[in-house]
Amino acid sequence: MDAIAVEGLVKRFGTFVAVDGISFAVPEGSVFGLLGANGAGKSTAIRMLCGLLEPSSGRASVAGIDVAADPEGVKRSIGYMSQRFSLYEDLTVIENIRFFAGLYAISRRKVETEAERVLALIGLAGREGSLAGELPGGFKQRLALGCALLHAPKVLFLDEPTAGVDPLARRRFWDIIYEVADSGSTVLVTTHYLDEAEYCATVTLMHAGRIVAKGSPAGLKAERFPGAMLEVDCDRPAEAIAALAADGRIEEASLFGSRLHAALAPGLGDREDAEETVRAALAAAGFAVRSVERIPPSLEDVFIRVISESAKGGPL
Amino acid sequence: MSRLSSLVQKEFQEFRRDKKMRAIVVVAPIMQILVLGYAANMDVKDVPMAVYDQDHSSESRDLARAFVASGSFLVAAAPESAEAVDQELSSGRAEIAVVVPPGFGAALRGRGSPSLQLLVDGSRANTAAVGMAYAASVANDFSLRFAPGSLRIALPVEARTRIWYNPELKSRAFMIPGVFALLLMVITIILTSLAIVKEKESGTLEQLIVTPLRKAELIAGKLAPFVLVSLILICLALAACALFFGIVPRGSILLLFVLSLALVFSTLGIGLLVSTLAKTQQQAMMFSIFFFMFPMMILSGFVFPIANMPAPIRAFTYLMPLRYYMIIVRGIFLKGSGIGLLWKQLWPLLAIGVAVVSFSIARFRKQLE
Repeated sequence: MDAIAVEGLVKRFGTFVAVDGISFAVPEGSVFGLLGANGAGKSTAIRMLCGLLEPSSGRASVAGIDVAADPEGVKRSIGYMSQRFSLYEDLTVIENIRFFAGLYAISRRKVETEAERVLALIGLAGREGSLAGELPGGFKQRLALGCALLHAPKVLFLDEPTAGVDPLARRRFWDIIYEVADSGSTVLVTTHYLDEAEYCATVTLMHAGRIVAKGSPAGLKAERFPGAMLEVDCDRPAEAIAALAADGRIEEASLFGSRLHAALAPGLGDREDAEETVRAALAAAGFAVRSVERIPPSLEDVFIRVISESAKGGPL
Repeated sequence: MSRLSSLVQKEFQEFRRDKKMRAIVVVAPIMQILVLGYAANMDVKDVPMAVYDQDHSSESRDLARAFVASGSFLVAAAPESAEAVDQELSSGRAEIAVVVPPGFGAALRGRGSPSLQLLVDGSRANTAAVGMAYAASVANDFSLRFAPGSLRIALPVEARTRIWYNPELKSRAFMIPGVFALLLMVITIILTSLAIVKEKESGTLEQLIVTPLRKAELIAGKLAPFVLVSLILICLALAACALFFGIVPRGSILLLFVLSLALVFSTLGIGLLVSTLAKTQQQAMMFSIFFFMFPMMILSGFVFPIANMPAPIRAFTYLMPLRYYMIIVRGIFLKGSGIGLLWKQLWPLLAIGVAVVSFSIARFRKQLE
């Protein structure tokens, strides 16, 4: 059975449509990524799934419970960590943990063992007495995660859990997410860090309230970039884009920092062929090429392509 | 551990660490009773007076002494011209002026009836009204000294005034119970509304809403601690009244506590209502002040007698919980009234409380907007 099943879910605020008929399913025990820019509708979607917002139309069930019919039932079986750090800064680590344990009606006997389990999981054992407000950002986020995990929820919702945290802390956070998923919980996480999306079993890209792409990270790359992907270092890269785009064998060229990413048409799979194609195209246009390297497409490449296609009204 | 007791315990843990809150609860009642108690004084005493004596007779000097002897006035200036009188009044050196015309003493000695001119600075309405009445009575007493014996018993009806409950007519005895009531209202409304809106602002409310905590538990858990806080407040304010001003309730202190809880019930309801309207703590302050505190201060009878208000405004005062509580507090403090008399104030107070609390509970959503 799917832990989360969403069917044509819509949320309107007045005339503004924040979520515009999304559908997806998340199998039990998997890590599911909901991606998109700020304002794409990720947080609104997650809030409807948590029973925090009433859907305007459509259906959604979480852990087998319909969110519109029984939002309170949903709340008992999920853990939720919101975008902002939203624990009590004036309370210590252990006071926050005990408070949330109390809210989930965990029996007094079990509170201490659960607290110990969670503190070990989030790596805050030994910091019980620190005030939550005085913890560094990464620790705060792990504490918030810990508080959402006390009652061993079937489904865990994480809304931009790693926003504003350094890369090392983000990595640490994802290790914990994997541990949670390994223990059988289903995790739905939103992020706009596309490198993080690579950690998810399935990702869904939202844009302007709609789902514009869905699949595993590898599957999406193969689907959107059947040909080779090359990273080119040349002079005047901004002008070189036009030269590459004029070549029929090159499907798309875009700027990444000071370098270019060029996506080749399928069929030019052979390493030398692909590199030669690009070098020849640029040389013919008078650009000095320093290096051409074959790279795997990143999710960022995928999403640039998807969003520009959807902006052109192309295939979704 | 039950969800409700977890929430109440959390409130107290937060409270213990919040220095600002502690200051509001502990320092505010004492400071306010002290400062407002001294400030809220409308007694007319030692009013600076200018005496323009055009007569320079022994009678005119006796008159000036009579004003000073009354205790209400101090001779602050002795101008020697009409312009100088004007200046004394406009500069504020004197608030009231007496002009003794030439021939005043001679007229008195000759059994004539000389007149006196009293000039009052009307921009100080309270002092002017009371000061003028005092000055007129001093002048009357003075003139009676010169009246023939027969005239003194000629009045057929004599009013013998005796003042009860506040024999010295000290405005402070009347105002301080009012300050006490005001204090309880202001602090409980502000603290409750801020406590809930603060959780909205910091995002913790969203975190609470997503737990199985029930709406009733959430509201009860947020409000219950403030019942205790208001009891502490009442103790401190009572102690301050007794210590600084020697004002102690004449009636039952237990009754005062019980009836105060009836007011607190309605103000906590108002705090809850404000918290459903406001998104930020600033908004909560604005709503509380403009929609609840100001109207209640003016329309509760704290300063302005409700009986003097035009009928439509008077009708409006019946909606103010503070109106009833003001009568309760003054009754218990000054008259020692018991529940038999105060019941008439208690039931509307409770009715308003029930209405406000149920309306706010209905408005309070355990969902985001």
